[in-house]
Amino acid sequence: MSSYNGPAQYGFAERWLPRLVLAPSFLLTLVFVYGFILWNGYLSFTTSRLLPNYEWAGLAQYVTLFENERWWVAVKNLFIFGGLFIGGAMAIGILLAVLLDQKVRQEGALRTIYLYPMALSFIVTGTAWKWMLNPGLGLEKLVHDWGFTNFTFDWLVNPDMSIYTVVIAGIWQSSGFVMALFLAGLRGIDDSIIKAAQIDGASLPRIYWKIVLPALRPVFFSTLMILAHIAIKSFDLVMALTGGGPGFSSDVPATFMYSMAFTRGQMGVGAASAMMMLMTVAAIVVPYLYSELRGSRNG
Amino acid sequence: MQALRMTLCAATMAVAFAANAAEVEVLHWWTSGGEAKAAAELKKMLEAKGHKWKDFAVAGGAGENAMTALKTRVVSGNPPTAAQIKGPAIQEWGEEGVLASIDDVAKKEGWDKLLPPVVSNVMKYKGSYVAVPVNVHRVNWLWVNPELLKKANAKVPTTLDEFFAAAEALKKAGIQPVAYGGQPWQDATVFESVVLGVGGADFYKKSLVQLDQNSLKSPTMVKALETYKRIKPYTDKNAPGREWNLATAMVINGKAAMQFMGDWAKGEFLAAGKVPGKDFLCVPAPGTAAAYTFNIDSFAMFKLPNKDAEKGEKDFASAVMSPQFQEVFNLNKGSIPVRSGLDMSKFDACGQESAKDFAATSKKGSLVPSMAHGMAVHSATQGAIYDVVSQFWNDDKMTAKQAADKLANAAKVK
Repeated sequence: MSSYNGPAQYGFAERWLPRLVLAPSFLLTLVFVYGFILWNGYLSFTTSRLLPNYEWAGLAQYVTLFENERWWVAVKNLFIFGGLFIGGAMAIGILLAVLLDQKVRQEGALRTIYLYPMALSFIVTGTAWKWMLNPGLGLEKLVHDWGFTNFTFDWLVNPDMSIYTVVIAGIWQSSGFVMALFLAGLRGIDDSIIKAAQIDGASLPRIYWKIVLPALRPVFFSTLMILAHIAIKSFDLVMALTGGGPGFSSDVPATFMYSMAFTRGQMGVGAASAMMMLMTVAAIVVPYLYSELRGSRNG
Repeated sequence: MQALRMTLCAATMAVAFAANAAEVEVLHWWTSGGEAKAAAELKKMLEAKGHKWKDFAVAGGAGENAMTALKTRVVSGNPPTAAQIKGPAIQEWGEEGVLASIDDVAKKEGWDKLLPPVVSNVMKYKGSYVAVPVNVHRVNWLWVNPELLKKANAKVPTTLDEFFAAAEALKKAGIQPVAYGGQPWQDATVFESVVLGVGGADFYKKSLVQLDQNSLKSPTMVKALETYKRIKPYTDKNAPGREWNLATAMVINGKAAMQFMGDWAKGEFLAAGKVPGKDFLCVPAPGTAAAYTFNIDSFAMFKLPNKDAEKGEKDFASAVMSPQFQEVFNLNKGSIPVRSGLDMSKFDACGQESAKDFAATSKKGSLVPSMAHGMAVHSATQGAIYDVVSQFWNDDKMTAKQAADKLANAAKVK
């Protein structure tokens, strides 16, 4: 860029044009993302209840938050849901991608079928699974009607198991998407490497495990980022599927935050819980991002 | 109805020309059939007074979405004329310093005499009226399908013992005794009726309104919790998450015999073409005949920028309290008028009984605000109580004693 030797007015445009075109989106992001994060952070230290107010309260809202049993249920659920959802969607997605990569017939049609759930919103997924998992309406009734009357599958209405129904619906929706990402990644791998390995006598599973999957590291990275982000912000799926219930047994931090800030007149506690969510994301993402980005620069 | 409209128009036409027109913007969530019809009545009355009605209806059940919309408007300094806010939430908004006094209208029309003190106190912030009540819902009702009871040879319960006897008989006859919707607010609705039935109005006031720590931990509360939990075996497994109107539909269709629910359930029965007293019965929740838990919808008035707007606001308040509107509105909504001394002949049997009990309990002091419907305690406290009640209902390992202790803790949430 600096080697450009045109007339002076072009130099000016060249210097300013990139900044000029980036400025609006940069400014919008600065204000509407980072500005609001700061504002929320400030609110979490105030006595805000129904509306924001700016009376300083120190750490009082955090104390209230940490003493709230429901918050800890929400946090525990986030880890259960996050872990199983990311792990499950990733495992099934990769498996589907690998299987679909075996030059099967009608691949396009199959790919569409697997990917289609992603086209639905989580609200639709949640509602559909709510019907399927409802003991009096869905799976349990179906099996009973087949004659197996001892069969029970009442996770949806069981406070100890309700969060796992969210996991099931989440994995169902997202694994097709993971498959699509990995399939694209697989197609990007140079055939000659695989052929060379085959000539060396490596078995197909071994080729995948040792050569193909490691080559998919960047895909893996972005998939993990997307899934983690879906898991932490998950709100609509829980709302549609269980409504956070029975009781508050399937509450997650996002639904907790919403009900505190918007329905219970405890905006301060809601803001504090939102900050805790941000901290959790930051604690996981920042070190990972750092190591990945530094790694790729060095490599 | 037509005649009423005509007189209304004629009566208000004269003032219409004198009054300055203002835009009256009202935030509400009356979006379902009967409710929307009721809101349309209000619009007609205000337009007759020469004001422009601007509808600000936000759909969404208990008004959560509407409240979010309202907060945005208030924070940006552009509040609507009035918004559907009720119970202690009126005090919370008052504390934010955004509500306007309508004392002059209230004094001129003698609201203090028209409303029971428990009701007018809710409408006042620091001693002056900032809100106008629209209707009264009774929450402690039990809706009964008499045909199913007859089939099981059970009689309509008036006490809790009779209730469980009837439930047992129904179960033996292979009929599901209770239709139940497992959402936190519905859990709380049933729970407060049971507390009222077990402990009576004074205990209810002490525990769920004044949040007295000793009452909340008392043996009476433990007994109330145990009694509440005894209902669970008579409900079905699919109850969690069920909407209240689906539970009501179970009673209508003969799939279940009884439901604890406020009188908005009547609308579902009527919409299904059922006749009160014949196809369905409304009786006070077991053991609560002498008391009345009320849920009153009201409109809180916001501080407005100019005199014209304030005039519109006052006309709106006066229209809401007028006998005509109270009658027309409540006939549509299924509730009863809040002002005393109105002719109830157009209302059905349930409405007439409700009005009679409202007046009687107000004199006896057993007219109590509904905790489950945001009439008794602040929203934060109410939410914390919801959490405990729902958890206790769903978690079979929790004992009533533990739940009572948790309730006492929840009551400390401010």
